[in-house]
Amino acid sequence: MRTAFVRTVEDLAQKDGNIFLLTADLGFGLFDKFRAAYPKRFLNVGVAEANMIGVAAGLALSGKNVYCYSIATFLTTRCFEQIRIDLCYQNLNVKLIGAGAGWSYGLEGMTHHAIEDVSIMKSLPNMTVVAPGDPVEAQAVIAESATYRGPLYIRFGKNNDPRIHKDLPDFRIGKGTVIDRGNSGLTIIASGTMLPTAKSVLDTLASRGLMATLISMPTIKPLDESLIRECATESQAIFTIEEHSIIGGLGSSVADTLMDLNYRGLFRKIGLPDKYCPAIGGRNYLLEKHYLTPEAIADRISTEYKQIRREIAV
Amino acid sequence: MPDSTIDEYKIIARRVRRELLDMVYRSSSPHIGSSLSIVEILVALYFRCLRVSPDKPHDENRDRFVLSKGHGCPAFYATLAHRGFLGSYVLSGFAVNGGILEQHPTCNVEQGIEVSTGSLGHGLSIGAGMAIAAKHDQALYHIFVLLSDGEMDEGSVWEAMMFASHHRLDNLIAIVDYNKIQALGRTNEVVNLEPLADKWRSFGWRVEEIDGHDFEQIVSAFEKVLLQQGKPNVIIAHTVKGKGVSFMEDRLLWHYKCLDQDEYTKAMMEIS
Repeated sequence: MRTAFVRTVEDLAQKDGNIFLLTADLGFGLFDKFRAAYPKRFLNVGVAEANMIGVAAGLALSGKNVYCYSIATFLTTRCFEQIRIDLCYQNLNVKLIGAGAGWSYGLEGMTHHAIEDVSIMKSLPNMTVVAPGDPVEAQAVIAESATYRGPLYIRFGKNNDPRIHKDLPDFRIGKGTVIDRGNSGLTIIASGTMLPTAKSVLDTLASRGLMATLISMPTIKPLDESLIRECATESQAIFTIEEHSIIGGLGSSVADTLMDLNYRGLFRKIGLPDKYCPAIGGRNYLLEKHYLTPEAIADRISTEYKQIRREIAV
Repeated sequence: MPDSTIDEYKIIARRVRRELLDMVYRSSSPHIGSSLSIVEILVALYFRCLRVSPDKPHDENRDRFVLSKGHGCPAFYATLAHRGFLGSYVLSGFAVNGGILEQHPTCNVEQGIEVSTGSLGHGLSIGAGMAIAAKHDQALYHIFVLLSDGEMDEGSVWEAMMFASHHRLDNLIAIVDYNKIQALGRTNEVVNLEPLADKWRSFGWRVEEIDGHDFEQIVSAFEKVLLQQGKPNVIIAHTVKGKGVSFMEDRLLWHYKCLDQDEYTKAMMEIS
């Protein structure tokens, strides 16, 4: 996804002379081409996130269209107040690109695990929060971001994310996509780096004869409420899957909306626990340890789903 | 600079002081000392140095002013009003329920307010971003950022200082209102800033040190820094907190205290 991001920004920068790209000394090798092509519009501000956001605000106040890159945790928490006041209060056209969603940087340890970033960014007025689920969504969101008004937080994994969509001609920030439509009254809503896992969950459930609906919901704020309404009408069970703390992420946003809709069915959030990961390991290891592999999630979903089917039958 | 011009600035400064005392008295607002210390700097900026005009507030080539010490905004609003950016009805909406202006500025270019400030340590980075944009566009405007001395405690200011000198932002001018009193005490007792000028110099800035209440020195410093090339410039303005009102001068109390009726009357008499 990072590669999709940087290639798309390079294309945009070629067309729009106002696009600036800032990094806080991260993204080794990622920006070589951009830097060579547009040296005056590339700034490595050094290991100084607060200054990066302030400089981005100054550029945006002067009519520039700014992208800021760093590791998601540093980008959202080290300079939180600059984001809050300089970007969100003034509603500036600055895009924050955070790499390393959830446990993407597993072995790097807690300092690099982004488990609260969505929750924190979501709480800011004027901020839009997007977690693309594959390189196609990443490219689409970056392409649209160039003309998007106001601050935008875009959350990526690392690299080598599998492709889920063939193409996405109708992609819009703020809109979810139905990837597969099932017939069992079971809906899975996934966001960001867990989209490939959710797709595998769907396939596993299908192999067990349970045809679920899968929705990709890259935009967590503003949430696609009309799509959630549709799900609520059609589903007896809704599960969200995300690589973020179960507090304050996609699941919480969907829950808020379902509450407003008086949804009566089963709803469960699947995500990272509300704790700093006690285990040491790479991303896949950590996900496995926490029962977040496709098989484990499929087991959980089918158990809970069968339970409510039985209750409905009784 | 002829004496008559200086006399004119002094008259404006007196008006600005009276105006700001009216505003803070009406609304029982704090930060009076921090406002009184920057009056001469603001008057020199808005009546001499800045190329800005209330008729063309959005002019792309205007100079930019960032009040990084946003809490000094009563003086800023009063100066903007005298310069024609704000109507007196706007000032009457300062810090009242349902009003127009808060006790820290909100960005409104139409009104001459370029940036929202109020939390310290943001303005110099924003000014640096504006300076980069100006360089990129080969525009000739300058960016002035007014910081407080207490604000210099913020690490982000030092990040911005390094960044600005690295990029040789000679279109960026920082001004430090060095009144030597911050919220809870004297700056040299809270966290000593000295040797302040040497610190700026060692971060790659050219330094001017002036008496921040002497128009001759302020204007001459502005004229000098506008001609400098290759480095960002800082003007360390030695000022007096509460300047112009005898019982407020150099007194910590007037960082937060509001005026009562007797104090207001006495202060206004001193300034007329």
